[in-house]
Amino acid sequence: MSRHLKEHGTPAVPPPPVSPGGLRLIVEGFFTQLLSLWRVFLHLFARRATIEYPEQKPYLPPRYRGRIVLTRDPDGQERCVACNLCAVACPVGCIALQKAETPDGRWYPEWFRINFSRCIYCGMCEEACPTYAIQLTPDYEMAEYDRRNMVYEKEHLLIAGQGKYPGYSFYRVAGLAIAGKPKGAAQHEEPPVDPRSLLP
Amino acid sequence: MSTLFYVASAVALAATLLAITRAHPVHALLYLIVSLLAVAATMLALGAPFAAMLEVMVYAGAIMVLFVFVVMLLNLGPGVAEHERQWLRPGYWIGPGVLCAVLLAQLLMSVLAQPALTGTHEVDAKAVGIALFGPYLLAVELGSMLLLAGLISAYHIGRREPARSTAP
Amino acid sequence: MSSERMALIGTILLAVVATAALLIWVERRMLGLWQDRWGPNRVGFLGLGQVVADMIKIFMKDDWIPPFADRPVFVIAPAIVMVTVLLAFAVVPIAPGVSVAGDWNVGVLFVLGMTSLAVYSVMLGGWASNNKYALLGAMRSTAQSISYEVFMGLALLGVVIQAGSFSLEDIVLAQQDGWFIGPQFLGFVLFLIAGLAETHRLPLDLPEAEHELTAGFHTEYSGMKFGMFFVGEYVAVILVSGLLTTLYFGGWLGPTWGLTLAGWSFMPLVWFVLKTGAFILFFILLRAAIPRPRYDQLMRFGWLVLLPLALLNTAVTGAFVLLRSGA
Repeated sequence: MSRHLKEHGTPAVPPPPVSPGGLRLIVEGFFTQLLSLWRVFLHLFARRATIEYPEQKPYLPPRYRGRIVLTRDPDGQERCVACNLCAVACPVGCIALQKAETPDGRWYPEWFRINFSRCIYCGMCEEACPTYAIQLTPDYEMAEYDRRNMVYEKEHLLIAGQGKYPGYSFYRVAGLAIAGKPKGAAQHEEPPVDPRSLLP
Repeated sequence: MSTLFYVASAVALAATLLAITRAHPVHALLYLIVSLLAVAATMLALGAPFAAMLEVMVYAGAIMVLFVFVVMLLNLGPGVAEHERQWLRPGYWIGPGVLCAVLLAQLLMSVLAQPALTGTHEVDAKAVGIALFGPYLLAVELGSMLLLAGLISAYHIGRREPARSTAP
Repeated sequence: MSSERMALIGTILLAVVATAALLIWVERRMLGLWQDRWGPNRVGFLGLGQVVADMIKIFMKDDWIPPFADRPVFVIAPAIVMVTVLLAFAVVPIAPGVSVAGDWNVGVLFVLGMTSLAVYSVMLGGWASNNKYALLGAMRSTAQSISYEVFMGLALLGVVIQAGSFSLEDIVLAQQDGWFIGPQFLGFVLFLIAGLAETHRLPLDLPEAEHELTAGFHTEYSGMKFGMFFVGEYVAVILVSGLLTTLYFGGWLGPTWGLTLAGWSFMPLVWFVLKTGAFILFFILLRAAIPRPRYDQLMRFGWLVLLPLALLNTAVTGAFVLLRSGA
């Protein structure tokens, strides 16, 4: 190849392999077939590629897109603020929820429903979520005999933990005033400015 | 053995009749195959297993397969069956049928004059070979010449045409 | 016919069909092992329950006859393969003096005749389905079977010449001084290839090549009718393996060590079963290892390579036997 390059300056296309003809073809073909028989036979003693599933689970990375959960913030409160962005982002429209409000102005979903018989596990809802509330987890064992059991309500979705983003709490970084956190008390938030005052 | 002979003969006769009267070509051929198998069974009953097996192999197993193969390729529809049914009207077959009946009667009379064939000794492959390559050597050679001629002509017909110049 | 003989016939035929059913599992398991998988190992011990499960499934399936099919022919076609192949098994001796039909002086010819009749099954099944894929599969099968039958018969002739008999039992007894695999190696290879083609086994399963013809001749078949084709194929595999054993590997011959069971020397049967089983496994290995040729390659190989070789084998064997006998 390098000689060709030197002589012509362009890489030469190697000629197509000439297939042997006649008797040679038969003899060669016969022995190559025998060889492949032998090699396949040796696979009897090779390592199995099978993962025997129910007893032996395959390793799934933490960011695997499986069952969808609703997480809580470090205080144990629901992270979901019922903004409906996940429902909008969902390409198959399998998410439905209803907003409700606590007396202190905090939003939460009154009910939250995911129809997993439609869900395609694309992860769009997770990307759309502004509060890391909705998350996809490496759990895929969701088969059901009855299709109606595939519809998950809020109590099925809501987990106790924080999921993939520990320590994050939306209301601690957001400017909204709720009970126990007045305006200006959030992280990296300066105290509110009174625009009507002339004092510096 | 004579029971086998009579049963097989009856089957052969019935199957042959059905082969003639079926309108659908493939069904007719199937009855013809059954008829050939029944003839093989009669040969077996008469003590000629070698000939019987050759009948099964060559006639039922090879020649009739080709027949069915060709009929399959022709894609004969219901129209053909209708045609066939028209040909089965008495006007068509009564003349040849009468003539055949006369011949059959003659054959039967000459056969009945002979002593019965059953109960003869078994003719095995070796005996057939000795007979073929002894007294019938000339016939065998003539037959093989004929087959060779057929083979060569089939080869000639099936030969690929040498590529002619395709330039206009 | 004595009741003992009836029991023997029943036992042999039942054993053959049961083995054929078992082969469904064996084949899947072995294919799995040769492809670095486990194969079906869930249902029952070693997955043996798979046989029962498959049987139940195939019996329960809707046995549908397409409205455009030729009904009587469609129904009869799957039965033909079972009947002919089981009939062919009748003359295969599995131990000295033990076979369904007993020793017959035209045994080899009978087997050839029955295998040639088995073609009708595929052919009529494909035609009666009234489906273009089925018809194409049937046509391929017919052409393939007719061609390879010729080589099968010619390859056998070497053995017949050496043994001087068409009887399978005589052929086995003629191998007491040495199996025919040595002198008839060419004939063995030819017979093996022809046997593959006759049984439509991979790599020569052109009649049902699924990526070209959906399922070939049994495209329209379902339920137990499909099961008949399916099991018929396995019975044919057992038949060809048994024939290879009988014709080239000394049949039941082997050291008996004087072992007996209730006064009957059973080692010949064990040898026959072991040899046949080895061939069945070899057939499965062929399926696992060798890709399918193109159809024109198959026919060209048959007529241009196998036929001359088979004729050569016959002529050379004949010449040797004549020289030996000093004629």
